[in-house]
Amino acid sequence: MSDRPHFLLIAVAALVYLFLMLPLVIVVGAALSDTTYLTFPPQGLSLRWFENIFEISAFRRTIITSLQIALLGTLIALLIGIPAAYALNRFRIELPKWLGTLFVLPILVPEIVFGFALLKSFTVGTGAPIFLSLLIGHTLIVLPYVVRVISASLASFDFSIEEAAISLGSAPVKTFFTIVLPNVRAGVIAAFILAFITSLNDVSVSLFLTGPGISTLPIQILAHVEQFFDPTVASVSVLLMFLTVAVMAVVERTLGLTFLAK
Amino acid sequence: MTSRRFWRRNGATGWALTAPATLAVVGFLIVPIAAVIAGTFTDPRGVFAPYISYFNSGFRTTVLFRTLQISALTTIISLIFGFMTAYVVSRAPGKLKSLLIVAAVFPLLTGVVVRAFAWLIILGRNGILNQTLLGLGVINEPLEMLYTQGAVVVGMVYLFVPLMVLSLVGVLENIPKDVLQASSSLGASPMATFWQVLLPLAVPGLIVGAVLVFTGSFTAYATPQLLGGERQTVLATLLQQRAMVSFDWVGASTIAAIMTVITITIVLAMSHIARRINPMAT
Repeated sequence: MSDRPHFLLIAVAALVYLFLMLPLVIVVGAALSDTTYLTFPPQGLSLRWFENIFEISAFRRTIITSLQIALLGTLIALLIGIPAAYALNRFRIELPKWLGTLFVLPILVPEIVFGFALLKSFTVGTGAPIFLSLLIGHTLIVLPYVVRVISASLASFDFSIEEAAISLGSAPVKTFFTIVLPNVRAGVIAAFILAFITSLNDVSVSLFLTGPGISTLPIQILAHVEQFFDPTVASVSVLLMFLTVAVMAVVERTLGLTFLAK
Repeated sequence: MTSRRFWRRNGATGWALTAPATLAVVGFLIVPIAAVIAGTFTDPRGVFAPYISYFNSGFRTTVLFRTLQISALTTIISLIFGFMTAYVVSRAPGKLKSLLIVAAVFPLLTGVVVRAFAWLIILGRNGILNQTLLGLGVINEPLEMLYTQGAVVVGMVYLFVPLMVLSLVGVLENIPKDVLQASSSLGASPMATFWQVLLPLAVPGLIVGAVLVFTGSFTAYATPQLLGGERQTVLATLLQQRAMVSFDWVGASTIAAIMTVITITIVLAMSHIARRINPMAT
């Protein structure tokens, strides 16, 4: 079989990539427009819609909430996810198979159902504060990424190194931090980034867990689009895209991006 | 005896290390969802009353079928274009291949709201597509493209094609090159190799990709909300309305139960099928 695909296939692939990229280019263009309505190509370049983001207090507040939730949720998920991923690999024979499936459940069940259930059974049921519910919701939706990515890097870790350290007298906990964890550093960084971005972009869970004074950025964007059709949302979108590019650049420099495609 | 005790302690350590994550998933995900579903069967009007009233409502059954239809269309379109694109990407030379993979990862990491919003600018009444078509003289009046099923499907395909491309590139690269070489050196034409060797080997991967896209579009909220509006209500947007606008908790719970059951059934059934027909299965 010749290595080069048929030119028609190449043409289709090129069109698919055009279809993927063009809308994002249009959002950037619309964000830079000087007009009060959304348009493309931009008419007169200006950054005033970026300033507008920070003038609208709802945007300012939700950006901060979103970053707080994403950071805290990711850290908690790492805190409970790393030991779980370690145990799944280290005690593969002793632990039942379904335990691995359990940790992927949050991405198997519909997110919107999870958000609603958390609201109905936990928030309303126990009167827990909205911020806490949001944090729990986000921790759970990023947990599968943490467990899977770190499990994948532990799968290629040679546990006999750990046993050697322990039999030479190193305490198990110390061995974990000095031998095991440094060896899966790349996996932990990748898990952190994937989890952070997933949390930052989440809509379906946050949708139910917002209340007076508390909301996340994507939910605020949704609310704003339905009321005003001005370039502010385009500039917030561009801000989020820049954040993604920055994060991807960090991944590229530390791990190479093929890691994310795995 | 000592070794047996050592292993038992190991097992206990394993359980202890997984305990926090297990408790979190059970306590905050399984129990709340189970409670929501169980709640639908305690209606004073009768055990299945919420479901009977759901399927007796013409509007609500229409919503269910519309959601299934949109998801099916999205899956088929994403499969066709995703497979062709993944095939080209998997055969691209090294440097270009990494670039193409990055280009597919990028939209995937951009939020769903941003990606739906992009199509709002394109398909709107005064949107780019209408302006372009008017400018070219193709149409005399702006077309009503937003709030149609087509708009929702386009937005969903846009959401899921990168996912399909990435997962299929992985599948195609895992097919051993020797198999394809053997096929052509034994005299099969490129077309025959494609249809009789490559495609059958890729089927399990295609099924996994299709399940991802189908369940993803079946439960998507932001895209149908922005591009479909009330005219294209789907299960997810109906669930949100029942819960947050009408405060109809029983109605919302019923929709949640229907969505959960359909999603889990599809995931289990399809992964069972994928395992059974995998020609490379050990």
